[in-house]
Amino acid sequence: MVNSQAMVEARSLCKDYGATRAVDGVSFQVSRGEVVGFLGPNGAGKSTTMKMLTGFLNPTSGSAFVAGIDVADDPIAAKRMVGYLPENAPLYDDMMVVDFLHYVADIRAIEGTHRLERLQTICRRCGLDDILGKNIGQLSKGYRQRVGLAQAMVHDPDLLILDEPTSGLDPNQIVEIRELIRELGREKTVLLSTHILPEVQASCDRIMIISDGKLVADDTPEMLSGTDGGAIVRVVLKGAAAAQSAETVLAAVAGVTGVTSLGAEQEGQVFRLRCAAGADPREQIFQTAVDKGLVLIDLHRERVSLEDTFRELTMTEGGAHA
Amino acid sequence: MRNVVSVARRELRAYFDSPVAYIVIVSFLAVAGWMFFSTLFLMGRADMRPFFAPSPFSPSMLLVILAPAITMRLIAEERKSGTIELLLTMPMRDSEIVIGKFLAAVALVAVALLLTLAYPLTVSSLGALDWGPVVAGYVGMLLFASTLLAIGILCSALTENQIVAFIVAFLISGVLYYVYWLQFFMPPALAPMIEFLSVSFHLDNMARGVVDSRDVVYYLSVTAGALFVATYTLGRRHA
Repeated sequence: MVNSQAMVEARSLCKDYGATRAVDGVSFQVSRGEVVGFLGPNGAGKSTTMKMLTGFLNPTSGSAFVAGIDVADDPIAAKRMVGYLPENAPLYDDMMVVDFLHYVADIRAIEGTHRLERLQTICRRCGLDDILGKNIGQLSKGYRQRVGLAQAMVHDPDLLILDEPTSGLDPNQIVEIRELIRELGREKTVLLSTHILPEVQASCDRIMIISDGKLVADDTPEMLSGTDGGAIVRVVLKGAAAAQSAETVLAAVAGVTGVTSLGAEQEGQVFRLRCAAGADPREQIFQTAVDKGLVLIDLHRERVSLEDTFRELTMTEGGAHA
Repeated sequence: MRNVVSVARRELRAYFDSPVAYIVIVSFLAVAGWMFFSTLFLMGRADMRPFFAPSPFSPSMLLVILAPAITMRLIAEERKSGTIELLLTMPMRDSEIVIGKFLAAVALVAVALLLTLAYPLTVSSLGALDWGPVVAGYVGMLLFASTLLAIGILCSALTENQIVAFIVAFLISGVLYYVYWLQFFMPPALAPMIEFLSVSFHLDNMARGVVDSRDVVYYLSVTAGALFVATYTLGRRHA
């Protein structure tokens, strides 16, 4: 298998539930070794997309590939490559943790001494050593989630698909799971979904935002922390100098993609400049202002949080999301 | 094949870790024993036929109730608790899952049947018992039970509600069982067909000690058909 090959690929995946389209033409690629966060409001289609990638749901149209294998063509081979933690970590409540892990190892064909080594490693990493003899039904939510994660790792898969791995956990447990994911991300490809924003910022190399079944953004956390992938610069010009001409001057600066006049404040005219992705035109803005004789009294880059981007991208015209 | 064994082993263990297996076994032994011995001494013959032969009040009738109770949780519970998502994203064929669960249910009934061997042993101590029909009867019982269990799994695959699975399976099995005695009320032209469709007709033949390929083929094909549809239902993933 070539290293550059995409570990996961979605090609215009669509899924209809009756008359509603839950996932609408989602396409993306995840390369080997990436940790990708799937972000979106509840009901946006995150889980449905993941269910199609893991072969639990058949797409209405489009196709899903795992390590180059078409999930619809050879589901068994594709499922061998994946470790999957479904939403809410469904587990057999009537089984003991240790029996459950052996059952998974049975089906994953992990045999002999290799099995014992694997299970020991996993139990240590997921912190299950103390609860092996307990019934899964008695476990707290945090432990259930860890058992679910352990179950996904039994066969040491190259790809982990985790659907809301930290939902329902308390802050300490969230930190633990997040650390585990970060650790896993060093050697594995991880695709995780969440609607908790700090979580993806903390653990992902890349973020995909899905809204109403459509992929609306696909970028690094840094880029998405600025609207349109670029930064926002706030400029205040002294005096009531013709706002109109100042706006034109600012708009002409290289790297600025848009200018909004926010009107006059005490200090002077306030402008909000949108910048091209990756550009930081503050120096040019300063130079231009000097050249054109504009008195610049404030120039700073505004912090745009991922929350802002998320809200902007996922709030539909109707106001709220589905 | 190894997946079938893994699934079957887990399900069998789930039966024996819960009261289900013990309730099934004890109630079958007790009620079937009572049904059988209450008539045995009246007839005063060393004969196991009343044990195997279908009647509205017989051990096989008891299985019409017990089989759906055994199978109702097999797939419905997985749907309800969401573990079906775990199961269907493991590298297994849907058919392996269905067959594994089916074999676990058959094994449970087989254990119950095996324990009833105490009855023919008791009878043979009371008089000369012909073991040929007994063997045929047991084969018939197991085939009969397998058919009911396959129907039960199919019903369990259709819903996430265990009660619904139980009731539907019980109704289907009950109709297939009792229609044997209703054939007298049917148009004569239809009677042989209805007789052939009934699960009890074939058991009646085998209880006489005759292992006829037609009866065996009937049971095996209904079982295979039900398991096939159950697999298909499991594969149609729309939820």
